[in-house]
Amino acid sequence: MTNSITTFINALGRYDFLQSALITAIMVGVMSGMIGSFIILRGMSMMGDAISHAVLPGVAVAYMLGINVMIGASFFGILAAGLIGLVASHSKIKTDTSIGVVFSAFYALGFILISLAESSTNLHHILFGNILAVSDTDMMTTTVVLGLVILFIVFFYKELLITSFDPTFAQTYGFRVQILHYALMFVLTLVTVSALQTVGIILVVAMLITPAATAFLWTDRLGVMLTMAAAIGAVSSVVGLYFSYTFNWASGPAIVLVAAILFGISFIISPKQALLPTLFKGKARLRRVPA
Amino acid sequence: MLKVQNLTVAYSDTPVFTDVAVNFNAGKITGIIGPNGAGKSTLIKAMLGLIKSQTGTVTFNGHTLKQFQKQIAYVEQRKDLDLTFPINVFDVVLTGTYGKLGLFRQPSQADRERCLDALAQVDLVDFADRQIGQLSGGQLQRVFVARAILQEAQLIILDEPFVGIDLQSETAIMQILHQWRDAGKTIIVVHHDLNKVSRYFDDLVILNHGIVDYGPVADVYTPANIERTFSADLSAVLFAQGGAQ
Repeated sequence: MTNSITTFINALGRYDFLQSALITAIMVGVMSGMIGSFIILRGMSMMGDAISHAVLPGVAVAYMLGINVMIGASFFGILAAGLIGLVASHSKIKTDTSIGVVFSAFYALGFILISLAESSTNLHHILFGNILAVSDTDMMTTTVVLGLVILFIVFFYKELLITSFDPTFAQTYGFRVQILHYALMFVLTLVTVSALQTVGIILVVAMLITPAATAFLWTDRLGVMLTMAAAIGAVSSVVGLYFSYTFNWASGPAIVLVAAILFGISFIISPKQALLPTLFKGKARLRRVPA
Repeated sequence: MLKVQNLTVAYSDTPVFTDVAVNFNAGKITGIIGPNGAGKSTLIKAMLGLIKSQTGTVTFNGHTLKQFQKQIAYVEQRKDLDLTFPINVFDVVLTGTYGKLGLFRQPSQADRERCLDALAQVDLVDFADRQIGQLSGGQLQRVFVARAILQEAQLIILDEPFVGIDLQSETAIMQILHQWRDAGKTIIVVHHDLNKVSRYFDDLVILNHGIVDYGPVADVYTPANIERTFSADLSAVLFAQGGAQ
């Protein structure tokens, strides 16, 4: 174990590709932890999953046209978010059903377009991530997205907080809740595309939700939750990358499993609504919580 | 004065009420009562522009909703909120400053002091650091009244504030409502039962898919109106031996 960690660190010193992979993985862990916190607090985990799948046709089109993947992906991400909202608000169909219909259609379209555009190896990388093949351009793009995510949260913290906690209240003083929703969906698609590289489309939702859910178990403050989720996302990425390098596992599943294990540990030992504290002082806790 | 004219709301072609016209006076606490499903919450949501109305206008001292939106405080039903949200009592009350702050501006030190002051008025200073799920129903209701204090609004609308709360909270909330009334604000309270109607309110609106009657409580809260809107039995119980308080 110690040996393999030393090997990993030596390799980091020696190989540029591994350094790029590590830096990118950390940045993706940080941004998805932060945006993911708002996704889970708004009860939009399904939406996170949907958007991450719905960008696939955008990725394919970008390959075909030779344009930046971010542009193609954002276009289809926002289009999917818009269609989901449109179907849900203009029919009696509930939002989760609308999400199911739209995202599976986009995903299917993406598969067909990818098979027209590229070889199957690429599809495999898009689906499961290929962190070890991060280019300098990819790293630059990821840095820009991380900057955008942080600016978005810093400048709209108040609005993100109130529309997540109490959207009705925000509407009563005239705030346009829908505009912020679509802004968040836009940022979410950017994060999704960055995360494609590290964990792949299928597991992006895990990076959005698991670190945020883990942080939620430890704190009652939104600011703390955002910071913790970012840190947990980064730690998962680093440890996952180490496993990926050492045992030659796919990077995406390795990172996601580490995040899940951190969640499992937190679920057992965290003070808030978790297993162990509840078992030990179950009755005392029940009495303390007011009816 | 809040003036509602000709207001019609329908959910997929089934009208909840049609052509509602009613006035709410400044310096009065007005109760809205009516049977379950009579459209009480729908009426206030339509007045606030939270749901679409088919026809009608709502004006406050002659201004349209958009013009007086920052002058409204709305205390919604507690059951509509996510009580697991990672936020404490102080920060919930502080959101009362958000409307007037607008984009890119953060609450100032003065806002934070006003926030503590509002918490003191509802006797919750000791609970400022509590996560909101760790409060009783009455304490939680006081938190949202404290937020309304911070909004410094001219029109305050409360949706069923007295449901399932303790006596201490009820007294504290009534005290705040009286202060608002004395300051000449317009206060509207949706109320689900008929207890204490004359103790709580100055004016009363009885709603049952349309306005049954409105005006000063003494004129409106009558056996005939209660019998017409609810039932003869209820009216008999409430008004037995002058029992209506």
